[in-house]
Amino acid sequence: MIHTDLCIIGAGPVGLFAVFEAGLLKMRCHVMDVLPQIGGQLSEIYPKKPIYDIPGYPVVLAQELVDNLSKQIEPFNPTYTLGERVEKIERQEDESFILETNEGTQCHAKAVVIAGGLGCFEPRKPALEKLENYEGKGIDYMVRHPEKYTNKKVVVAGGGDSALDWTIYLADMVEELTLVHRGSSFRGAPDSAEKIFKLAEEGKLNLKLNSQVTALHGNGVLKECLITDKAGKAELVASDYFVPLFGLSPKLGPIASWNLNLDRNAINVNVEDYSTNVPGVYAIGDINQYPGKLKLILSGFHEAALMAQSAYRVVSGGKKASLKYTTVNGIQSF
Amino acid sequence: MDIKIHIEEADGNINTIEAPTDMSLSLMEILKASDYPVAATCGGMALCASCHVEVLDNTYNEEANDAEMDMLDTLPVVSNSSRLACQMPITEEMDGIRIRLMAEEVTG
Ligand SMILES: Cc1cc2nc3c(=O)[nH]c(=O)nc-3n(C[C@H](O)[C@H](O)[C@H](O)COP(=O)(O)OP(=O)(O)OC[C@H]3O[C@@H](n4cnc5c(N)ncnc54)[C@H](O)[C@@H]3O)c2cc1C
Ligand code: FES
Repeated sequence: MIHTDLCIIGAGPVGLFAVFEAGLLKMRCHVMDVLPQIGGQLSEIYPKKPIYDIPGYPVVLAQELVDNLSKQIEPFNPTYTLGERVEKIERQEDESFILETNEGTQCHAKAVVIAGGLGCFEPRKPALEKLENYEGKGIDYMVRHPEKYTNKKVVVAGGGDSALDWTIYLADMVEELTLVHRGSSFRGAPDSAEKIFKLAEEGKLNLKLNSQVTALHGNGVLKECLITDKAGKAELVASDYFVPLFGLSPKLGPIASWNLNLDRNAINVNVEDYSTNVPGVYAIGDINQYPGKLKLILSGFHEAALMAQSAYRVVSGGKKASLKYTTVNGIQSF
Repeated sequence: MDIKIHIEEADGNINTIEAPTDMSLSLMEILKASDYPVAATCGGMALCASCHVEVLDNTYNEEANDAEMDMLDTLPVVSNSSRLACQMPITEEMDGIRIRLMAEEVTG
């Protein structure tokens, strides 16, 4: 089990900056996120978009801001559990908490900070019957361990960048590769589209345009995908793995069942310290709600600072944090 | 002028709303303002697809732009008449348009 002072749910900009504010007060942080990388909406939805309203930066690209936040919190050595969704928070008798992820990772923390943004980013799933039956038994919505496809028969679906990039990556290692795309051409990076057509020409890729996977067959584990084209012609393709890559979309997910006061998918908080109705649990950033709330990175940063002052009291058993400027003390790492 | 937009609900019921053409609004903004379940997570930048609609009549045939087509390409469920409401400015040509909401929150 991981032991920490603050367990922060969500590695978006606000969760990351909370590590900094907590670190100044000598609180250790563990950060958990369902995405395999840090950055929240900035890295997932708009990494290359310029942001103009971060103080001190006339303009900064979203991914650049995430990279800088990550550098800024390095002195405080935060630890991370990435690629796992926090499912449960259980309050212990001594008022500490045990959090558990969908993969069974546990974290023991003196206080919890929910910086969950719009919720969990979850894969968009194709509308196929019995899809759930094959999850973990042949269907992967994200490529996490590409080596497992070595010498296997793989069907990838999608027409976006990640479908193209992974198809190109897998071409040399799998036994048989099929790419299924609903449309007749690929937009996006012309270079990737060119590579895809070249792989198909060389016979390394079975390219099915204007087609969709319409059924899954197997006996407990996936054996075949039925691929149907626009004219209605169907073909069974032997498949050890089906990898639908249709991007991610946010859903509130497990947060809804944590006994917190919710209002329209956001957590109600006390604006003095962004605490929730559960003592020791805070909610900052896009996930919280109060009169006048602005869903901006800037507001989340401010909330992180006030949260940290209050959480310090919880973590240190009632002591009040005294405000010290970083210009006076510098950044004292541990 | 004000135009009429007919919105087909999941149960087949059709509801009509009115929208002004002179306020530079998009269909997404009108839907949101009328309390339809459109999250518009990206604020209308063709980045989130949470404003996905299907155009149910064939009189409206303004072409989708590249950013919109790219986004639609990433969705698991789309039809030939799929559009992103945030990329559809309210215009007079749109008068009488029939649409169905397709965002994931709506379709499950
Ligand atoms: C297109 C676009 C442009 C924007 N432009 C600006 C701008 O210019 N300026 C500005 O200030 N703001 C902008 N915003 C808003 C800004 O992105 C958000 O305010 C900001 O991302 C909120 O940060 P956050 O850390 O609270 O949440 P998020 O960035 O949403 O991060 C939350 C993280 O929590 C994770 N999570 C949630 N639940 C769980 C769980 N149960 N288990 C594990 N992980 C979980 C999610 O996977 C996610 O990574 C923009 C937003 C969009 C969509
Ligand atoms: S509001 Fe995000 S794509 Fe339209």
